[in-house]
Amino acid sequence: MKEQLVLIGNGMAGMKVIEELLTLAPDKYDITVFGTEPYGNYNRILLSPVLAGEKSVADILINPIDWYADNGIRLHTGKTIVELDRAGRRVMANDGTECRYDRLLIATGSDPFIIPVPGKELPGVVSYRDIGDVERMLTASREHKNAVVIGGGLLGLEAAYGLHKQGMTVTVVHLLPTLMERQLDEVAGRLLQHSLALRGLKFVMAKQTSAIVGDARVEAVRFADGSEIAADLVVMAVGIRPNMALAKSAGLLCERGVVVSDSLQTSDTAIFAVGECVQHRGQCYGLVAPLYEQARVCAAHLAAVGVPGSDRFYEGSVTSTKLKVTGVELFSAGDFQGGDGCDSMVYQDAAAGVYKKLVLRGDTVIGAVLYGDVADGAWYFRLLRDHASVAAIRDSLLFGPVADGEGNSKPSVLDWPDNQAVCDCNGVCKGSIVATIRSKGLQTLDAVRAHTKASASCGACTPLVEQLLQMTVGADYHAAVSTPICGCTELSHDTVREAVRCQQLKSLSQLFKALHWRNPDGCDKCRPALNFYLIAAWPGEAVDDTQARFVNERIHANIQKDGTYSVVPRMWGGVTNPRELRAIADVADKFKIRTVKVTGGQRIDLLGVKKEDLPGVWSDLNAAGFVSGHAYGKSLRTVKTCVGSEWCRFGTQDSTGMGIRLEKLTWGAWTPHKFKMAVSGCPRNCAEATIKDFGVIAIDSGWELHVGGNGGIKLRGTEVLCRVTTADEVEEYCLAFMQLYREEGRYLERTAPWLERVGLDYVQQHIVHRSARRLELAQRFRDEQRHFQKDPWAELAQADARERFIPIKELS
Amino acid sequence: MTATATAEHSTIHAATKPTPIENSGWLAIGELQQIPPLGARVVRTMHGDVAVFRNSADEVFALLDRCPHKGGPLSEGIVHGRLVSCPLHAWHIQLDSGEAKAPDIGCVPKFPVKVEEGRVYLGLQPLRESRARLNTVD
Repeated sequence: MKEQLVLIGNGMAGMKVIEELLTLAPDKYDITVFGTEPYGNYNRILLSPVLAGEKSVADILINPIDWYADNGIRLHTGKTIVELDRAGRRVMANDGTECRYDRLLIATGSDPFIIPVPGKELPGVVSYRDIGDVERMLTASREHKNAVVIGGGLLGLEAAYGLHKQGMTVTVVHLLPTLMERQLDEVAGRLLQHSLALRGLKFVMAKQTSAIVGDARVEAVRFADGSEIAADLVVMAVGIRPNMALAKSAGLLCERGVVVSDSLQTSDTAIFAVGECVQHRGQCYGLVAPLYEQARVCAAHLAAVGVPGSDRFYEGSVTSTKLKVTGVELFSAGDFQGGDGCDSMVYQDAAAGVYKKLVLRGDTVIGAVLYGDVADGAWYFRLLRDHASVAAIRDSLLFGPVADGEGNSKPSVLDWPDNQAVCDCNGVCKGSIVATIRSKGLQTLDAVRAHTKASASCGACTPLVEQLLQMTVGADYHAAVSTPICGCTELSHDTVREAVRCQQLKSLSQLFKALHWRNPDGCDKCRPALNFYLIAAWPGEAVDDTQARFVNERIHANIQKDGTYSVVPRMWGGVTNPRELRAIADVADKFKIRTVKVTGGQRIDLLGVKKEDLPGVWSDLNAAGFVSGHAYGKSLRTVKTCVGSEWCRFGTQDSTGMGIRLEKLTWGAWTPHKFKMAVSGCPRNCAEATIKDFGVIAIDSGWELHVGGNGGIKLRGTEVLCRVTTADEVEEYCLAFMQLYREEGRYLERTAPWLERVGLDYVQQHIVHRSARRLELAQRFRDEQRHFQKDPWAELAQADARERFIPIKELS
Repeated sequence: MTATATAEHSTIHAATKPTPIENSGWLAIGELQQIPPLGARVVRTMHGDVAVFRNSADEVFALLDRCPHKGGPLSEGIVHGRLVSCPLHAWHIQLDSGEAKAPDIGCVPKFPVKVEEGRVYLGLQPLRESRARLNTVD
């Protein structure tokens, strides 16, 4: 029998938990939801656009009532839970409905704070919290003229702007001398007031409300100094209070809110709480992004399954704010006031109406206020949240992510890594937005929001999502028309790859199910590609399915036309010695190998080996110190070298040593297609490095690095990536290039067509111009080699692996 | 691992003692578990190898291990659904009929095969009867 989960509060935070839970553990709970309001749940953040007439109530519904039934959830609308019996694990609603629970989730949100002044209960005095409040305001706006909004914070200003758009004369009354003092410093606050005044709002600043005056209905607002202003509608928007009455009455630990742990559990471990009603590590939050972060962690705990990385526990949120008043660009995050030990940087252009202030402690950004131009808000927010050091870019920090001294153009969302979250509210990463735009052929912002939920909550990331949409379907339209991998799916290589990452798919069976593959085990075209994408995305975690490998990679030898195999032992940099040659000769004699041939990549090929002889051949070669040469794989093949400065009278560097070094680092690495390298000791280029995937040519002052060459069907000379001076740099650039290709090249796409597709510029951006990116790629390559750099011959020559090389039965 | 495969013989050439053909018509060739899902094992006969395939639904099929195109070893192909693609030139052969999938034309001899209590049995009568046919293929 399923456990009973009861949710009190049909709002954004609580229902986010339920939505996540339906994905993580759809069958774990019988779910019952109690909500005081008579609707399904809706996006409370978008009440302001509804008030302003920019959206309808229908636009902001997240889940209509039918959705609950469709997902097997019992929804009680219009019922408020009034009693919580923890001993009996039972809740009771105001209409007497009772419900037992195994786990309870409290998401009762917050109540608007009503200033305790005479007249506060007069008709015409409203708060600003729910659809009912918005409807009351809209009704009033049709019948009355003068509105007074008490409170010059985020909510108050949005309400004032909405009522103004509805045709009312609106006065904002604020207790303090500047607006939005919790998000803005004085300068920005004044700029904002000026801009809103130009739009027609009136302001009464630094006034304390002492009474609401009126007989049958509100008529005026009176201040402490005795002055009054006329009002037909008064909106109280001075703040919110966590709604913890029920929790408190049941004896749960409450301070400013319901106190929760990092797993979102209250002082009763059977009871969880999320949203505006909770207090976590001393903080209460009133913005959507933190509530959603809480919801994801809470759902994971309720599902009793781990979520990866730091998401497992909620450790608090860094928040940013954006005012939803059309035409007013304003961004605020972190500690924007500064103080002892902090520096601030300020940029102000009064004529252009732009103001930027950054607060730094040491070399990290701890706060930002942007007014007028908020395009870089997300970038500053990331610096802030990640505690990134800005030492190197301090002098240009105020101008946003511009040139880093190496000629980089301003990066946009297009340069973000695919796993970077674009929409922090809904946790949607760039890759999945792009993938969804492509796979569903989306053309409009609304469609993107409907399918991905990106920018569908607070809307702060809308410009980024629009940029992605434009990039994906606009200027680069031909790229968006992607071909499916094979007949098993409509999805393209890139889309599938993104899904593997974003949905954390780690096996073929998971992938086939999650992406609705038409054939239950794929086909010979997609299975090898998918297997590669899985092991490349999750090295060491995803299962490398040998049955999804082409015969050569399954048997670790090259199949020949007569069904025999060829065996190529690895010979580092093409260098060998008499002992190795004797061992090869012995193997050739012992197993009656018909043809021994030198390959194009400077190796020795033993041709005509019967399948059942392979383990024996390998074990003899292993005994002589050889490992597999991977002459059969979509992997590093060979590093071809010339003799270089050790012997050649023209040689400028030790090309042989460099080749051996690169080969020892990179052997065993799987790549989208085969990957060949060469190192030449001088520009005469005897190792033919200019037709390799990665070529190195020694020059007097160091090394010239080449990429994207191909000597096959379609001859293509390399392009010069850059020149470097040290051997360590050669190594780092080489590893970074291979890693970038592994992560972004499509299966069976050699570096040559890949480079033509993405452009040399793109590769240089990642490998040459951004040293941090290069280091990161190279390091990841080294880390992943722990999983890939294993000699498959040694493994397959083991006695227990040999069975697969012989007939299951022999008949006379 | 079965006793026949590893324990009795030290060299991998003679994996199993050659088994005389019995008269029952069905010969037990091994356990289903010895055949990897979406893979194959071969039964060696004097008339050529027979590939015994196992798909993801645990259906078992037996075909002559010789692609009608250029003679590639089908047992090394990628199995998907009721198809195997030949490792040499990726012809698709239907496991249940031995026919090449259109537009390719060709057919490979098939053999009866059954699984009972986890053991795989190969039908030998057609093998004998098709001896002449196999010889012509050779």
